Amino acid sequence: MAAIESQALVASVVQLADDHLILGHRLSEWCGHAPMLEEDLSMPNMALDLIGQARNLYSYAAELEGNNRSEDDLAYLRTDREYRNCLLVERPNTDFAHAMLRQLYFAAFMQPYWQAVLDGKDSVLRGVAGKAIKEVGYHIRHAGEWVVRLGDGTDESARRMNAAVDALHPYTEELFVVDADRQYCIDNNVLPDPQSVRTLWQDTINAVFSQALIEVPEVTYPLVGGREGRHTEDFGFLLADLQYMQRTYPGAQW
Amino acid sequence: MYSQGLIGADTQTHETPEFLEAFQAKIDSEQKIEANDPMPQAYRNTLIRMISQHAHSEIVGMLPEGNWITRAPTLRRKVALLAKVQDEGGHGLYLYSAAETLGVSREQLTDELLSGKAKYSSIFNYPTPTWADIGAIGWLVDGAAIMNQVPLCRCSYGPYARAMIRVCKEESFHQRQGYELITSLMQGNDQQQAMAQDALNRWWWPSLMMFGPSDTDSQHSDQSMAWKIKRFTNDELRQKFVDATVPQAELIGLTLPDPDLRWNDTKNGEGGYDFGEIDWDEFWRVVKGHGMMNKDRLAARRKAHADGAWVREAALAHAARHATPDVALAS
Repeated sequence: MAAIESQALVASVVQLADDHLILGHRLSEWCGHAPMLEEDLSMPNMALDLIGQARNLYSYAAELEGNNRSEDDLAYLRTDREYRNCLLVERPNTDFAHAMLRQLYFAAFMQPYWQAVLDGKDSVLRGVAGKAIKEVGYHIRHAGEWVVRLGDGTDESARRMNAAVDALHPYTEELFVVDADRQYCIDNNVLPDPQSVRTLWQDTINAVFSQALIEVPEVTYPLVGGREGRHTEDFGFLLADLQYMQRTYPGAQW
Repeated sequence: MYSQGLIGADTQTHETPEFLEAFQAKIDSEQKIEANDPMPQAYRNTLIRMISQHAHSEIVGMLPEGNWITRAPTLRRKVALLAKVQDEGGHGLYLYSAAETLGVSREQLTDELLSGKAKYSSIFNYPTPTWADIGAIGWLVDGAAIMNQVPLCRCSYGPYARAMIRVCKEESFHQRQGYELITSLMQGNDQQQAMAQDALNRWWWPSLMMFGPSDTDSQHSDQSMAWKIKRFTNDELRQKFVDATVPQAELIGLTLPDPDLRWNDTKNGEGGYDFGEIDWDEFWRVVKGHGMMNKDRLAARRKAHADGAWVREAALAHAARHATPDVALAS
């Protein structure tokens, strides 16, 4: 593989991995604090899926890079500007409505995206996609059912779900942002163009929102920045937790 | 839930001497007691108390380990810990279901936990200040739990015995995982080794306390043994745990924090470790709510319950209006 293509692929795979790790981190914060015992089981379940996918992606990126870095070096030992996750996945948990809506937005994007990865020419990514598609299908169903229950539940739950939509919908546009590295991968048929799954994403959101009695808002001013390493203030605290051990005991094996 | 129909069912029994004798005969012949079988009220109450305390312990036990999920040092350790804490939640769900076969609801049991009326294992009122505590909990706390729980797989109450078979398989995996974690620390640098030793120093005695008061002081032992709910006494199980664990500690270079610990060839006829006196004042202090984390643990459970109330209400309101949500997928 040509050096430039390899560098673009590494950057794009790390970007995907960051989305999964950071959303998995946010979900894992619920473990033991969920609204009911069943959710204390299913939220870690989804977190395990996401962190598992992140591990596969980081390992592949490390291998492509060929600099003797490990999955953990990539996951733990970068500065905030070097994490390229979209802002949506780092938004704080706030409440259960925010958590389930954030999950739905992301899963509804990743499912058709992974599906399209299967048509690409990278066999490792096709392998990751094959496993992830099954998992993310469950995430859509689980989060989607909750969005419906909460949107069409009580006055209080509807109020909270609508507040979550107001807060989070402006971040969804970043799912479709393409940087130069991603564009290179798209042009070389290694990764799909996110724009190609926009209609499918919108169809899932429309279908769920319609049952949840929620209006799909028009976004005039999308909130973006993560793909360039510009993060919200909450992100620094997330990294402080995530990196604590690796930063406190440099070089130790665990 | 398969036991829903049993909640609030009439569980009154006429406890004539003939009835009690026939019940004991059934126990003595190693037949299982099942959910719909007549049973003495005291047998039912003992099981509700034991199973619900066990369930509560699993749920509260998610907190000290959950404390490290976001800070786990590697991705491999992170997924292992997440899966482990999730297992504990699964055990809780399983055990609440087993308790429901005796006619109490999960809601009722949860209320008793949150009000402070119900007890859970006191070990979870100790804090987990370092990563090594995650290893110590797996190795020692789950190790002690297994000693208690393996005999419960043969408990006379069928639903509890069957639940324990699965629980024990998972706990046994957790115990090995915890020991492997501690072993890795002992193979690491000086700071890591000191962290492991410090965790052992803090968890060793509380782990021995997990088996409960000495046989001479235990309120519940005799009747529970006769009913084959328990198969071994607290002191017998504690001894088994010490005998199994001391060589594991020595193998990886850890020192047990007990100057009186030594092998005794003649102990109980087959050899065993003599060990120092447990600080029962500390045990009772923590049981009675004055451990470092008692208030924090209950506060965390209460907060999760209160914060989740609107979610549970919404789910009920939605279910009352619709059958099942039918999310149309675009794929």
